[in-house]
Amino acid sequence: MTYLKLFLIFLEIGAVSFGGGYGMISVIRDAVLSHGLLTEEQLMNFIAVAESTPGPIAVNLATFIGSSQGGLLGAFLATLGVVLPAFLIILIVASVLKNLMKYEGVQGFLGGVRPAVASLILATALTMGLRVFFGVTTFSGGFSFNYKGVIILAALVAISLASKFALKKKASPIVLIVISAGLGILLYGVF
Amino acid sequence: MKKPLPKLLDLFLTFLKIGAFTFGGGYAMISLLENEFVSKKQWLEKEEFLDVLAVSESSPGPIAVNTATYIGYKVGGALGSFLATLAVCLPSFTIIFIISLFFDRFLRIKWVGYAFRGIQVAVVYLIASAGVKFIVGLKKNAFNVIVASAVFLAFILLSLFAVRFSSIFYILIAGLLGLTLYLIDRIRKRGKEQ
Repeated sequence: MTYLKLFLIFLEIGAVSFGGGYGMISVIRDAVLSHGLLTEEQLMNFIAVAESTPGPIAVNLATFIGSSQGGLLGAFLATLGVVLPAFLIILIVASVLKNLMKYEGVQGFLGGVRPAVASLILATALTMGLRVFFGVTTFSGGFSFNYKGVIILAALVAISLASKFALKKKASPIVLIVISAGLGILLYGVF
Repeated sequence: MKKPLPKLLDLFLTFLKIGAFTFGGGYAMISLLENEFVSKKQWLEKEEFLDVLAVSESSPGPIAVNTATYIGYKVGGALGSFLATLAVCLPSFTIIFIISLFFDRFLRIKWVGYAFRGIQVAVVYLIASAGVKFIVGLKKNAFNVIVASAVFLAFILLSLFAVRFSSIFYILIAGLLGLTLYLIDRIRKRGKEQ
């Protein structure tokens, strides 16, 4: 992995991924897997760290992946790559093209992008879920049911619902991550 | 009386603080930003702030970076946007870089490995909930239903058949489809007017 390539991969991600952090995860996953930078499991660990540390998720992920590929310089270039398009586009919108977002053509384009991004997020989750819960990655691959994973999922759903209806508050991602870590130790380590 | 900070330094420190203490990414930052820049400092009108949000959500890239760049520009021009963006990324970069130095060794501890097997479930769950939230937020019209279902099915099938098709293409194709429909609609309306 050359530094230039790392920078370009993240520049592309920064330029075309809409919907903020979660919308970017599907595009980042695609790029990372197709260039063989990380395995899916490594990426999911990185996502967990990115979600439980402060700051923009996409910036956290870029720094983490960059560092794993090329140390400090790699981290810097990946982060710069993911931030630069956003920075330049917004700078141009704020200074020159103040009405860019009001053009109907732009709205037409964004109107198409929105349902695609929403679906990509859900489809990414499902693809990850098939691997985590059933060991399925492709039709030709194997199958192994991870019932402990399903128990953890059921617990997370129950906690989210309880928090939503009893406390009238959305369960924070960090709380869910900490609980799943505890259950992971209990189910995979103790039993 | 306390001497007020120079505006650009104040801008930098405020975004540094927001970058260092907000968990959950860009959307979680929005209420903090409003509190700081609209209510407390009154550097932005409520209207302007809503404008910033609309643009930030419609542009590619991290929402937090988009809002920082835009607010920075409104407060202090190009230099302001650079300082705000730098400030919002700096805490993330530092914290994650330090974690990345120890992460592999940390994961090799047996119990940490078990914990992360559990955490992977939470990651799937969190991404799925975000996806559901986005889907529910879409306007319920034929175009959205068709595009969303087509992208969903294509993504799942292609990945199960191990066919590589970049997410970027889905986004661009759907965008161009939206643009084309808008143009067709406009030509039709023009035809009627004549």
